[in-house]
Amino acid sequence: MADHFITGWGIIRKNSVVIDGKTVEVDENYINFATFIKALYKQEQLNYPKFYKMDNLSKLGFLTAELIFKSRNIPDQYKRDELGVIIANSSSSLDTDIHYQETISDSADYYPSPSVFVYTLPNILIGEICIKNGIKGENAFLISENFNAELICNYVENLLQNNRIQACICGWVELLHEDYESFLMIIEKEKILAGRNEEIGKYLAFTKENVTQLYLNKRI
Amino acid sequence: MTGIFVISDNIITSLGFSTPETITNIRQDYIGLKIVTDPSFSPVPIPLSQVNTQLLEERFSQLVSLVHPEMTGTTFTRMEKMLMISIYDAIRDVDLDLSGDRTILVLSTTKGNIDLLEAGKKGLFSENRIFLWELADVIRKFYCFHHPPLIISNACISGSMAIGTAYRYIRSGLFDHAVVTGGDILTKFVISGFQSFQSLSPEPCRPFDRTRNGLSLGEGCGTMVISSLEPEEPGDKITIEGFSTSNDANHISGPSRTGEELFCAINNSLKEAKVAPSAIDFISAHGTATPFNDEMESKALGLAKLNDIPVNSFKGYWGHTLGAAGLIESIATIHSMKENMLFRSAGFNEPGVPEKINVITGLKVANVRNSLKIASGFGGCNSALIFHKNSS
Repeated sequence: MADHFITGWGIIRKNSVVIDGKTVEVDENYINFATFIKALYKQEQLNYPKFYKMDNLSKLGFLTAELIFKSRNIPDQYKRDELGVIIANSSSSLDTDIHYQETISDSADYYPSPSVFVYTLPNILIGEICIKNGIKGENAFLISENFNAELICNYVENLLQNNRIQACICGWVELLHEDYESFLMIIEKEKILAGRNEEIGKYLAFTKENVTQLYLNKRI
Repeated sequence: MTGIFVISDNIITSLGFSTPETITNIRQDYIGLKIVTDPSFSPVPIPLSQVNTQLLEERFSQLVSLVHPEMTGTTFTRMEKMLMISIYDAIRDVDLDLSGDRTILVLSTTKGNIDLLEAGKKGLFSENRIFLWELADVIRKFYCFHHPPLIISNACISGSMAIGTAYRYIRSGLFDHAVVTGGDILTKFVISGFQSFQSLSPEPCRPFDRTRNGLSLGEGCGTMVISSLEPEEPGDKITIEGFSTSNDANHISGPSRTGEELFCAINNSLKEAKVAPSAIDFISAHGTATPFNDEMESKALGLAKLNDIPVNSFKGYWGHTLGAAGLIESIATIHSMKENMLFRSAGFNEPGVPEKINVITGLKVANVRNSLKIASGFGGCNSALIFHKNSS
């Protein structure tokens, strides 16, 4: 019997959005990632103006987390320091790094900006999710060439088993130019779910096989 | 004896290419931060702590001819050269089998090979070389580590997090040994970014001082070999006893106003180590010398009732080395414990933080049994590590 379960998940890739298995239609027109993610943000009526100043990687991960929290609001169900945020990706903050490098490469047109530079760290995305939701527990940003369920499961299982956190949002948020993919999950403990009289059978166990299967979801 | 042991280590900064050389320079109060006038880094002169390029090249040629003579002539990046020299120095005398699946290479860096984005370096390497996983793989292959590397890029707590994660993974039985390495190099990218934040000090940084006026940047790297096997050679043995991270949930580029979240990480790591605050003998602070960071750290130490414990920041010697910082400052801490020495906080003269803290002002002899290493960074992240000396 597994101790930890995937109680919520969301995927955004190739202009499609799926939350807990249900497709979210994006109605407005869009021509690229920037207009797509803005259309999704407006449609979901999140009313969080800080969204507009985020870089594309943060916008993608932040919105995925918000849509998952809409259907399962774990930030309200746990103490602030009991929740963790663990995210991995392949290209770190390279999308913004390239943009930032352009602002300093020409000495005649030199305009480094703190609002761009701050996003040249991938864990700023974690900071954005934590700020919006008041999450103060364990956090880490990891890098691997490709999506790697074992990397995420090892890190998160260790935190849960040692009671460092009681639940977490974790997964993969990758973006470089127009290639992007976000897959986040909520992981909760069996004993907490049982204490709330939740029907545990409806959730997938948090195993690397199940995580890989969700990620490979062919419908998305 | 059981525990998670620190077996060996290396530090490379402006203070030298090995830990003994570095510690000797700290004892002699050698400040590695020098005013540099170089338009390829900065339009105005600023203090920087630079690794000696000529020595780096010489040492790297020696390393290649020793380890991989067939690779003579192969080009590597500045970051790769530093990390490879550092790893070699840390593992060469280690009597452990690090080649199998029970060893993990952990890499911490914020920007890795970011200099490859510069116009002059385009085309020198394959396009993949900019990715942190490719940097890690180049290093893994050089030393024939078997398991895929674990890569951590979590702003200025990356180095501490790399040690802490290796400790957790070994403790839970996922691995027996870890080679934890990490670093960052000086680039116009990073320097201009901190300049745009107006957070660089015009003179070498002065952590915790009343007149502190921002941070100074440095480059460097470090390596720590960690194992569940007790080292056989006689002498004091250092173990890792606790680790925790937290998030401020306050601001992406400014620290917490209260220090409560760093305090929370300190508290968690003390509990895990089963060490009371009063049993801590030394604190290696993050101490960047920005007004807000040092203020926040003093508040966190106050909340943790650590006001009277001797504290320093090593950044007065070698600046803020970003992804290397938590790692090399932890290594310096371990040697402070082994040598029964408290090193002064370079640049500090007069107290300048809201909570009273006990900043070390001169080299002191002391039995350091338990140490706390703290770090904080952009994105609101905080971390705390506890080291313990098992006296022989």
